[in-house]
Amino acid sequence: MMLKLMNLNHTSYIIDNVVVVDPVRNTSYPGHVAVVEGKIDAVERGRAKEASLPIYDGGGLHLAPGFVDIHVHLREPGYEYKETIASGTLAAVAGGFTAVACMPNTNPAIDDPSVVEFILKQAKIAGRARVYPIAAATKGRKGEILAEYHELVAAGAVAVTDDGAPVASAGMARRVMEYAAPLGIPFIEHCEDMAASGEGVMHEGFYSTKLGLKGIPAHSEEVCLARDLLILKSVRGAKFHAAHMSTKGSINLLRRAKEDGLPVTAETAPHYLCLEDKDLVTYDTNKKINPPLRGEDDREAMIEALKDGTIDCVASDHAPHAAHEKQVEFNAAPNGSVGLETMFPLLVKHLVKPGHLTLPQVVALITHKPAQCLGIPGGTLTKGAAADLVLFDPGEEWTVRADALHSKSRNSAFIGHTITGRVKHTLVDGVSVLPAKVGV
Amino acid sequence: MTPMTRKHLLGLEGMSADDLKRFLDTAESFKEVSERPVKKVPALRGTTIANLFFEPSTRTRISFELAEKRLSADSVNFTVSGSSVSKGETLRDTAENIQAMKVDMIVIRHSAAGAPHFLASLLEASVVNAGDGAHEHPTQGLLDMFTLRERWGSFDDRKVVIVGDLAHSRVARSNIHGLVTMGVEVVVCGPPTLIPTDIERLGVSVETDLRKALEDADAVNVLRIQKERQAAGLFPSIDEYARVWGVNADALKRAKPDCVVMHPGPMNRGVEIAQDVADGERSVILDQVTNGVAVRMAVLYLCNGGVAIESEEEQAATDAKATKGKQVA
Repeated sequence: MMLKLMNLNHTSYIIDNVVVVDPVRNTSYPGHVAVVEGKIDAVERGRAKEASLPIYDGGGLHLAPGFVDIHVHLREPGYEYKETIASGTLAAVAGGFTAVACMPNTNPAIDDPSVVEFILKQAKIAGRARVYPIAAATKGRKGEILAEYHELVAAGAVAVTDDGAPVASAGMARRVMEYAAPLGIPFIEHCEDMAASGEGVMHEGFYSTKLGLKGIPAHSEEVCLARDLLILKSVRGAKFHAAHMSTKGSINLLRRAKEDGLPVTAETAPHYLCLEDKDLVTYDTNKKINPPLRGEDDREAMIEALKDGTIDCVASDHAPHAAHEKQVEFNAAPNGSVGLETMFPLLVKHLVKPGHLTLPQVVALITHKPAQCLGIPGGTLTKGAAADLVLFDPGEEWTVRADALHSKSRNSAFIGHTITGRVKHTLVDGVSVLPAKVGV
Repeated sequence: MTPMTRKHLLGLEGMSADDLKRFLDTAESFKEVSERPVKKVPALRGTTIANLFFEPSTRTRISFELAEKRLSADSVNFTVSGSSVSKGETLRDTAENIQAMKVDMIVIRHSAAGAPHFLASLLEASVVNAGDGAHEHPTQGLLDMFTLRERWGSFDDRKVVIVGDLAHSRVARSNIHGLVTMGVEVVVCGPPTLIPTDIERLGVSVETDLRKALEDADAVNVLRIQKERQAAGLFPSIDEYARVWGVNADALKRAKPDCVVMHPGPMNRGVEIAQDVADGERSVILDQVTNGVAVRMAVLYLCNGGVAIESEEEQAATDAKATKGKQVA
């Protein structure tokens, strides 16, 4: 008689009757997983034999390493009305994420060790997903003075970025890469030439012309990426990660840089794989995102880049904004969409179902691959690793409803979309964090 | 999205030739009202209309107001300069407050493209777009088309050149959508820095040389050049603009002899349009203004659920109008 996973209350146990998805080995098979004291002890094929451990029934669900999202805006401190670390990590585990890296465009910015410590403390209190703070590359994200990377890393920061904005000057971008290099942490760039973007609010192309909205040209992203790649070539030991890649031209630059052996990694976001500029014809502010939704060619190039590895991973760029901030004229609305709870099902629907990638390949894009980009643990089923696990039904279809999201803000670009794949259980350190035991 | 869903007029994009014709024909019959000694019909009696102008406008606002009065509607004006953000109340709150006072129709002018769509998604009232950012100005598009049809009788085998700041022009977009749907050849012309990306995909051709663009043109619609665009670095100087893209008698030599000159106003005389052209024989600029009232009456009437008024013999009607001659000496 197997125990119900709903009632999981042991620290050592077996989850039986699952389809194990192993993204590192790029395979999936019927099997079971043994967890001992919150760590993965064994992952084996077939059903569990008589064992000394209590056996829980996985109910035929798929089991994978907990998902890792390396680009999330948790908004705390400073913008708790949009999201808190508690609500953001609840949204994370609802989406199957056991680890998230949070961006420093908070208030104050994550440019001081005390802010890193505060975030880690709040994450611990929330007790859901792991949180890895990403520090500001420059003080106050102003692009003028380097932040104290040594102090920040000692406090727990895992990378530096001024995300939300680029490090605008080439001179400062060089200093950031130089100063970060010996610490082994990547510089994550929000690639954008602000002068090229101007007052743009959507992708520049036929649809910006038609809608009468100012355009952000593709080269706004590409000019900054090209600049950084040239700098990267000359800075020994630097690691560079390009955030939220959105254009075909960027893919071409990254492909060449990788051929040249540069230490560059890159991510894209689900909306660049599933939506296009033409989806803005209703002026839906939830689809106002930066970088903007691009054209069809860009979207297709992004899918190709995931297939050939030019893009290493997918991150949500989860960007909560309050309803009153989004319910305004398109020009006046802030950029961003929440994404933690819809990312995996969107990837199943748009990458697995059409046959672009297999399920283990898609899981890899949101587990060990993003973890490697930042050099953080997680995303594997290795013996001895923390039992951060997700159980999901890859075939369940559901329709995104704003009021059903766990994030404090419901500004999803995908409201009304029917997507495929539903997370049922999320475990961190072998402990169930989803279904949530108590409401937030 | 059909612009006419739920009796809104958000733009001319996507509107069928039949829809356009219904507006123009209805305007035809309303035009006569403005020529009566008692310029009033009871078509919208009991209908309340709010004119929400979030951007300065003189002629469009007055034109709508006159149209409303001549249809016997009750109307109120709400004029605020600046965006909702700067005035502290959101557009949503403003609109919902006005709706709470049981307003049937909202006419909105706003600097943000899509603002009328936003209201249409929130409110029960019919929304008429009186110009949204650089997106559309559908009543201007219709009145320009009305003015042309009045001259020509039909849109067959005609070429219209639109000159100026295409990038920031809602007038241009509405004209393009409407004219292309009616089968008119449309050529756009201006400095490359003011021609938006992929505008060809709207069904027009681009010619940056004004003289080439005007070759055999049946009409030229001259857009207002905003001095801010020069300050924003989009062209070097007003002088150079006037020399290269200003519509003057010399440039018009390339057009057909009866080429019609239009301008949505307000004009910068001596910049985008030469004085003698603005006041010349070919100018229909004041006809546009006259027709604007009739077109807006038709739009308000139809958006309020009125049944289209078909013109009897369209050809006969236009012939009669054409013989009336110019209103500008």
